[in-house]
Amino acid sequence: MEFGLSSEQSLLQDSVTRYLSEQWPLDEIRKVASGEVSDACVWQGLTDLGIPGLLISQANGGLGLGNLDAAVVAEALGYHVTPSPFISSAVIAPVALQAAGQCEDLLGTVATGATRIGVALAEGIAARVDAGLTADGLALNGKSLFVLDSEADHYLVATSDHKLFLVSADATGLSRSPLTTIEKTRSTCELTYSNVTAQLVSEDASVFNAAWNAGLVALAADTLGAAQSALDQAVAYAMQREQFNRVIASFQAVKHMCAEMTASLEPCRAMVWYAAHALDEMTEEAGMMASHTKAHLSETGQAVTRTATEVHGGMGFTDLVGLHYWFKRVGFNRQILGSPELLRQRAFQLQDFSVSQGSSE
Amino acid sequence: MDLSFGPEYEGFRTEVRQFIAEHGDQSPYARAGNTGAIEWQKLLIEHGFTARTIPKKYGGYGAEPDIIKSRIIAEEFSKNQINTGLGGQGISMLVPVLLEMGTEEQKQTFVKPTIHGEMIWCQGYSEPGAGSDLASLSTRAELDGDEWVVNGQKIWTSTAHLADWIFCLVRTEPEAPKHQGISFLLFRMDTPGIEVRPLVDMTGDANFNEVFFTDVRVPKHQIVGQRGQGWQVANAILGYERGSLAPPDAAQTRLNGVARLMSEETPGGEKVIDNPVFRDRLMKLQGRVLAMKCNDMRLLSARIHKNQDAKLAGMIVKLLGTELRHELEALAIDVMGEVGLAFGDNPYLRGNGSWQYQYMYYLGLIIGGGTSQIQKNIISERGLGMPREPRVEKAG
Repeated sequence: MEFGLSSEQSLLQDSVTRYLSEQWPLDEIRKVASGEVSDACVWQGLTDLGIPGLLISQANGGLGLGNLDAAVVAEALGYHVTPSPFISSAVIAPVALQAAGQCEDLLGTVATGATRIGVALAEGIAARVDAGLTADGLALNGKSLFVLDSEADHYLVATSDHKLFLVSADATGLSRSPLTTIEKTRSTCELTYSNVTAQLVSEDASVFNAAWNAGLVALAADTLGAAQSALDQAVAYAMQREQFNRVIASFQAVKHMCAEMTASLEPCRAMVWYAAHALDEMTEEAGMMASHTKAHLSETGQAVTRTATEVHGGMGFTDLVGLHYWFKRVGFNRQILGSPELLRQRAFQLQDFSVSQGSSE
Repeated sequence: MDLSFGPEYEGFRTEVRQFIAEHGDQSPYARAGNTGAIEWQKLLIEHGFTARTIPKKYGGYGAEPDIIKSRIIAEEFSKNQINTGLGGQGISMLVPVLLEMGTEEQKQTFVKPTIHGEMIWCQGYSEPGAGSDLASLSTRAELDGDEWVVNGQKIWTSTAHLADWIFCLVRTEPEAPKHQGISFLLFRMDTPGIEVRPLVDMTGDANFNEVFFTDVRVPKHQIVGQRGQGWQVANAILGYERGSLAPPDAAQTRLNGVARLMSEETPGGEKVIDNPVFRDRLMKLQGRVLAMKCNDMRLLSARIHKNQDAKLAGMIVKLLGTELRHELEALAIDVMGEVGLAFGDNPYLRGNGSWQYQYMYYLGLIIGGGTSQIQKNIISERGLGMPREPRVEKAG
């Protein structure tokens, strides 16, 4: 029995962390957020470490690693608020295409970072009347909202009945317009389809669910990293900031805020590891664990980034300190691919509470 | 990541299951009003399912420590709701310390009757003036010839009214710094000069007592460790207590119980479990229980693999676990509506009143065993390296 990361997984996380902390400190992230630098520069650097092909099988040109490996990378990306299409192009799209056994020829260039696949799962998670996405055979009409990655070459598109399609970004009848969100480190867009011819990836809901679950765990891991960074920054700030002739870290009110953040976040680490492991090894509980983990991390991440901001006092509210990048990163992860309430409802439905679950004594 | 215990341990699991199949009906939980707790304890020790690593010469089973085997025993007993044997402060706290720090004579005298349930102990630590600041305790013991003479008062002493013996912190070196002036004494509760008064708490029961000492005479050799070393001895024991106050498996069992209660309660003709507000509350708590269960797996793993760092993961268990249990019990009370008020002989009582009782009892556990606020001090100071609150000199 060994519950934890392998030495290879720790090495993988260390190498991503070293690259990001050396090459992409907050000042560089700000340039991507303002549009001065493209996130393609970050993606290129991560390609040198093999990150885009992490979950792509060796036969398809990738590293053939598992979802726990993806989770440790996502944690590092969240910690450094890294702009990248990791969740969409390196996690959700490869999981979907490989589970369906469709369009796998595309994955070779996804693994090299040359091709990016964005994902439009929102209609499959909670259809919006203002989107009105329909698939008539292979012809798509309507819209997908809050699509991950406005710079992608292809899009994986879900309909409300959990079919998955692949469309090229330059397909006839497809228009793409960026959607501004509070989160500047990941791009989102709206896709409008007018008789767009798509390739069918899958009509099997289990493929949609596998891709969704993998995305949920990766988002939860990203939140884990972002919240951990916010906590670390809060403790470091409290240790050097002086008021009333002493560091504020010596005040119980401040210490207890830091202890509460630690206490709520520490079990999240084990939960993310377990949920990621379940995706590959315990598929019968994968959907329930993925839903609970993303919901729980969203609640915890929200509380931690809010509290970390408070520990910083007025400076936490400023752009100068920049803690808001982590606050917004966690906020984005919370809303995208299913809010906590929606995911808890899903977790409930994936369990059988009609049978006796033991004594209520 | 490898969550299996391996084939050799599955063989052990089969042994445990066979024992449960054969003897489970003798478990004191399984029969109401069972008085067979001591016989059950003896049976468990014979089979190595409790007192497992205590040497045979002190009345235990004498097995090598094996974290996974202990875990399998706990899992199988819990799954089948089988009594895991006697608990109490003598067994869970004093015995480990005697084995580590007691004299050979103390081990011979006390360990066997204690683990066999023939010698019941209470713990004399907290005082009216020494709660979170335990080291400021003022019950004193002065040497008079070959005897200690003990005077003072203890509080929160559970089982004092049943106990044969007490292990007690007393101040023996009043001139020394407060942590270095304490000694750890053992003495009989029927010694002249001891008065036990029950302390009724919010549950309506007297789970605790106050204990008063007036010129209580204790043989000089009934001390564990040296004079003035009592604080180190006590801290060794507190380490055994904290993590065990809120085990995640018990929270899981309780969560399943709330879910069942929600299927049974039908105010307004609708099952509570079909109400989206209550359902979300249940699912929120389930998310927290799952996180604690995963954390527990990590802690188990770190005990097997010494290279894994799980220091923080261990420090947070008492704080989160007791708060979580209290909220689980609180949900059950709300699920029942007015029936949640029922108590005692009320005919509408559900689950024998355990929800109301545990709701209050876990508020006690949030405070006891190191309050939530003390836990936060420990996490921030020992876990995050934040500085202690500056000491305030006494006025005057």
